[in-house]
Amino acid sequence: MKSLEELEKIRKETLDKINLRKERTGTRIAVGMATCGIAAGARPVMMAILDELSKRNIVDVIVVETGCIGMCKLEPLVDVYEPGKEKVTYAKVDEDKARQIVVEHVINGHPIKEWTIENYL
Amino acid sequence: MLYRSHVMICAGTGCTSSNSDKVAEAFSEEIMKKGLEKEIKVVRTGCFGLCELGPVVVIYPEGVFYSKVKPEYIPEIVEEHLLKGRPVKKYIYGESLEKGEIKPLEDTPFFRKQRRVALRNCGVINPEDINEAIAFDAYKALGKVLTSMNPKDVIDEIKNSGLRGRGGGGFPTGIKWEFAYNQKDMPKYVVCNADEGDPGAFMDRSVLEGDPHSVLEAMAIAGYAIGANYGYIYVRAEYPLAVKRLKIAIEQARDYGLLGKNIFNKGFDFDIEIRLGAGAFVCGEETALLNSVMGKRGEPRPRPPFPAVKGVWEKPTIINNVETYANVPIIILNGSEWFKSMGTEKSKGTKVFALGGKINNTGLVEVPMGTTLREIIYEIGGGIPNGKKFKAAQTGGPSGGCIPEEHLDTPIDYDSLINIGSMMGSGGLIVMDEDNCMVDIAKFFLEFTVDESCGKCAPCRIGTRRMLELLNKITSGKGEEGDIEKLETLANTIKATALCGLGQTAPNPVLSTIKYFRDEYEAHIKEKRCPAGVCQSLLKFNINPDKCRSCGICAKNCPTNAISGKPKQPYVIDQDKCIKCGTCIEKCPFDAIYKK
Repeated sequence: MKSLEELEKIRKETLDKINLRKERTGTRIAVGMATCGIAAGARPVMMAILDELSKRNIVDVIVVETGCIGMCKLEPLVDVYEPGKEKVTYAKVDEDKARQIVVEHVINGHPIKEWTIENYL
Repeated sequence: MLYRSHVMICAGTGCTSSNSDKVAEAFSEEIMKKGLEKEIKVVRTGCFGLCELGPVVVIYPEGVFYSKVKPEYIPEIVEEHLLKGRPVKKYIYGESLEKGEIKPLEDTPFFRKQRRVALRNCGVINPEDINEAIAFDAYKALGKVLTSMNPKDVIDEIKNSGLRGRGGGGFPTGIKWEFAYNQKDMPKYVVCNADEGDPGAFMDRSVLEGDPHSVLEAMAIAGYAIGANYGYIYVRAEYPLAVKRLKIAIEQARDYGLLGKNIFNKGFDFDIEIRLGAGAFVCGEETALLNSVMGKRGEPRPRPPFPAVKGVWEKPTIINNVETYANVPIIILNGSEWFKSMGTEKSKGTKVFALGGKINNTGLVEVPMGTTLREIIYEIGGGIPNGKKFKAAQTGGPSGGCIPEEHLDTPIDYDSLINIGSMMGSGGLIVMDEDNCMVDIAKFFLEFTVDESCGKCAPCRIGTRRMLELLNKITSGKGEEGDIEKLETLANTIKATALCGLGQTAPNPVLSTIKYFRDEYEAHIKEKRCPAGVCQSLLKFNINPDKCRSCGICAKNCPTNAISGKPKQPYVIDQDKCIKCGTCIEKCPFDAIYKK
């Protein structure tokens, strides 16, 4: 170890990977993972979200699984909770949509209105 | 790769002994089976403190706390919680559920009043991965010290923080460092005392197992402050897991150049070597420890000269305890004013206590100095099992004393404990209820010190043995008037004349139990009675005439024919013949026989 910067680099890199043990304030993405969700393909959707986040080095977003909300025919459902904002729920999400939701909504802050659950009701 | 969830499994000694290894394996296996290994990380971490409820598992990001986890629960937890996102409530730590909802761990009674400073990373990081330690600020304080402070600044910061030795003595750490700093003799040494020997104390072990880098970093900081380039960690061989993790930590720190030559390119060299102790209690005494480090017999020597003048290899040396070191980096990072904001006027910061004995939440807790014993025992510790009544708490292990109910509300710090006849010690806290006999407790601790006396000085070698003989006499029903006074005279003489801390403090358990529970001693001596019903030879077996149905089973089974009786009349026990074997109690179908 030759400099403080070197230490700081290791610190940041590792913290990014493990800070979900401490901070719980950022955006939360919840993927519906009851039997219905899994059957409709929620797992590849979640993997796509995780992959997109890690590719873009976004570390303050937490990805969780959630249960069935009763609208099984609209699965896979994905909820995005941003601090201080209304929850946005996307229906019939696939891998491509999931990646775009991450980029457009979670990173750039523009919810994709055409895909939200309201369009299917 | 980013993981969406971390499964933290306690791999401290407590949970390991309740099979947390199997639990960790089961998690890895089950996660593989479900194909979740790219999303979920399994981490073995340090002690969470709730050893009573081990093995414990915490799952992030939700922070759900599972207790008493068995390998057979794992498939369900993985399927429900990790796959479907539904925590399995029946396995969750009960205190963290409120009306069926999971509340944050910090809001449970066990954690609410705690302030984890020395244990800050225990249960948070993987102790075998230096990167995780660095992520939570390890070696940042060392960097700060080397790049922006001179040795005198470091010493002033520690002095100003009011940090006192956590091993029991309570000597101000900064002043100790300053003594060594002022010595001209070179080279100097830094020693870490990890010879934790008090029965029931395990806070140092938990720090070494859960966050070994905090100790290595602090030793390097101490080395820079006093002008030393070499350190020894003296750790008991009975702590294999702590030794293993220390070795890994030292190796990783060397790989990163955080130990070794020219650290942070500032021309400062520091390296550390582990010395194993062979389990002698006296080697926790600093001069005996120094002898043992040098390969000599572990015997204390008179002071002065103090180790700061003549320590390892007759050179200036500082010796600090593990927990003391664990506080140092965070004081440097957050500043002495931050540290001073916790605690009481003369005792700053926090203290780790190992709760044991008759208490619900056996385990490890860290509280600000000045917390009362009542808060620790009843709020954090969850009170006494089976609704029994509190009798006393022993602090400081065999060197400390007992604290009776009337002092439960004393704010705990170094000085208040000495005022009420006990001492902080290393932080063992053993709770006793109405079923404990205080004479028996005093005997237990004295047996320990008699056994551990190194035999170098007469007061300790002979005096403590004479005291133990008196206690044996009292508990076997042969006590005489004047025995208590004899005990007191002996105790005070030993305190005044023994060579080292072991002997000087050995009589404390006896003195403090006499002070607060003299009536129990008197009952043993005058009435030949043990009020708590512990001392076997003072117990009397009796038959309750109301419950006895005159079946004669007891008389048939009594090996000494001490029981006699006639049909339709209650049986009686002849006390002269009774050998107190307890067979009759076992055999009686009506629970009519009791001992008192």
